[in-house]
Amino acid sequence: MKLYEYEAKEIASRYGIPVPRGKLARTPDEAYIVASELGSTVIKAQVLVGGRGLAGGVKIAQTPWEAREAAFKLLESSIRGVKVNIVLVEEKICVSRELYLSLTIDRAMRKPVFLVSEMGGVEIEDLARKYPGKVHRIHVDPEVGYSDYMSRIALSALNLPWSSLSELSSIMKSMYRIMVEYDAELVEFNPLAYSCEGKLIALDAKIIIDDNSLPRHPDLQELYGRELTSYEKKARELGFSYVELDGDIGVISNGAGLTMATMDSILFYGGKPANFLDIGGGASRERVREAVKLMLNHPRTRVLLVNIFGGITRCDEVALGIIEALKEVSQVKPIVVRMLGTNEEEGRRILLEQGISVFVEMDDAVKTAVNLTLK
Amino acid sequence: MGMGILVNSNTRVLVQGVTGREGSFHTKLMLDYGTKIVAGTSPGKRGNYVHGVPVYNTVREVIAEQGSPDASIVFVPAKFAADAVYEAIDGNIKLIVVITEGIPLHDELKFVNYARKRGVIIVGPNTPGVMTVEECKLGIMPAHVFRKGRVGLVSRSGTLTYEVARELSKRGYGVSTVIGLGGDPVTGLDFIEVAELFFKDKETDAIVLIGEIGGDAEERFAEYYSGASSKKPVVAYVAGKTAPPGKKMGHAGAIISMGMGDYESKKKSLEKARIPLAETPSQIPLLLDELLKKQ
Repeated sequence: MKLYEYEAKEIASRYGIPVPRGKLARTPDEAYIVASELGSTVIKAQVLVGGRGLAGGVKIAQTPWEAREAAFKLLESSIRGVKVNIVLVEEKICVSRELYLSLTIDRAMRKPVFLVSEMGGVEIEDLARKYPGKVHRIHVDPEVGYSDYMSRIALSALNLPWSSLSELSSIMKSMYRIMVEYDAELVEFNPLAYSCEGKLIALDAKIIIDDNSLPRHPDLQELYGRELTSYEKKARELGFSYVELDGDIGVISNGAGLTMATMDSILFYGGKPANFLDIGGGASRERVREAVKLMLNHPRTRVLLVNIFGGITRCDEVALGIIEALKEVSQVKPIVVRMLGTNEEEGRRILLEQGISVFVEMDDAVKTAVNLTLK
Repeated sequence: MGMGILVNSNTRVLVQGVTGREGSFHTKLMLDYGTKIVAGTSPGKRGNYVHGVPVYNTVREVIAEQGSPDASIVFVPAKFAADAVYEAIDGNIKLIVVITEGIPLHDELKFVNYARKRGVIIVGPNTPGVMTVEECKLGIMPAHVFRKGRVGLVSRSGTLTYEVARELSKRGYGVSTVIGLGGDPVTGLDFIEVAELFFKDKETDAIVLIGEIGGDAEERFAEYYSGASSKKPVVAYVAGKTAPPGKKMGHAGAIISMGMGDYESKKKSLEKARIPLAETPSQIPLLLDELLKKQ
């Protein structure tokens, strides 16, 4: 789960990491009041999507009136489809150099790793691609934790003067503590500014919390789901793994890999999946019913493809779930079903009686679904 | 006897969390398959039996009364899973299969590192397990879709692996050992380590690798494969071509983030290593045909 910039900065600040002075504003007038205490300001849209700067979500203001104007414009706007409801108004920092510093998980090494680069302010995606030699990695053994020598390596990678060592060390030590105490998978400062006065300040901050850890952070768990679309939220409430896409073939399957493979096969045969919906293993009639209802009611679904590969899933249960859903949904849309597993024959019989064909092979089902959308 | 990798008909197995719903259900299925289950643990349940398997409170009791198990399979809920894994590692069990889904990332990081330093192999977490066909099933996969044969199957997913096994069977291919690496970002084993075991295994002629978006395990395997001196033919399939960036596709590890882990990057690396990449599961046996004909 991603935190907002202002939340990440609150945490950073509590752990002693310097951030610009600033406050949230929900109206242009609030922005005016905050700015009148700060002088030149930066007004930043608070959204959970990346690439905010390029999308015009950050504005600079010399006076409180300009801050008010900037806030007005941002609060009227959307960044990559997400409506801006809050802006962060911060003092403008005189920046000498923009650096990159993050702590994340290196899956290959199975260790936390500091990523350090003197080319900050660019998205790490671009940075790693364009200047792979400019990103330095410092691994941390999770049994040992942060050690001070790491900041000496980082200092030299960042080309900072020796006088910055204690500041940098304290920042990195805090980052590690934040990662462990918040169960974060990413703590990122980009840019980390080296100011005109020679101080290190986190100009932007990003923290991502490991979803599996949310049960032990009840305060954060409450926030979970706020970046989801309404359909994603609905699916989560029903206990499904769900992701919204932009095609017209609704997908219901079991297991993350098979669900993705079903979506990919749709593309392979010339169609477009509308979503990813994994109902999980051993699907009961009720779960199938809810999933089918959700996808038939989805405005973008033109055809629904159900692909169940049952080890222990009972096909008669799946069939009954589909039939029950059809009774409760007024939308008439074609359904293509592929299912394998226990009680396959019975399941097929139940569906055929209702005029729904059942496939044994995944390819045949996918091709049929795609052809129905091409009609 | 003693074919395939990691487990065989002689493997003596402990089930941790044996009295739970999943634990007891799959204990039955594993016993039916012929797996040698010597004991189960469940705190406070000593003296009970689950499908004839004696239950103990601690791993230490199991070792004292039944001798050391060779492997353990963990069905303990996410909140307590790390504790169960440490108990098995400290009990000197050398292979631990962690079925549990939803374990906190930092717990996994710690016990995976702890295990590796002690020469303990962890399969998973969030895995369907490992099975040497017709010998030993240490997992939750539906056994009937796997027929005995000479293809090593290694995968990051569950159901998709069963689908692929079925496609292989249809075309006359069977499986030596199937192993699920697990769907989480951090796992005990990776593709390279499993491939090395398959390369050494006399019962395996070729490998089918089933990857998915997220991380760079497929890319690293491709690079390793290019440089490996003794190797066997590999066919790959990678799920998630249609997955959007920044979204978790069911598995905690299946996410394109920080510019890493997308389908194109994996495809490029695998092609560069001359590993045929199937576009659908049904193409996998066809690519195997071609590859094995060339040999």
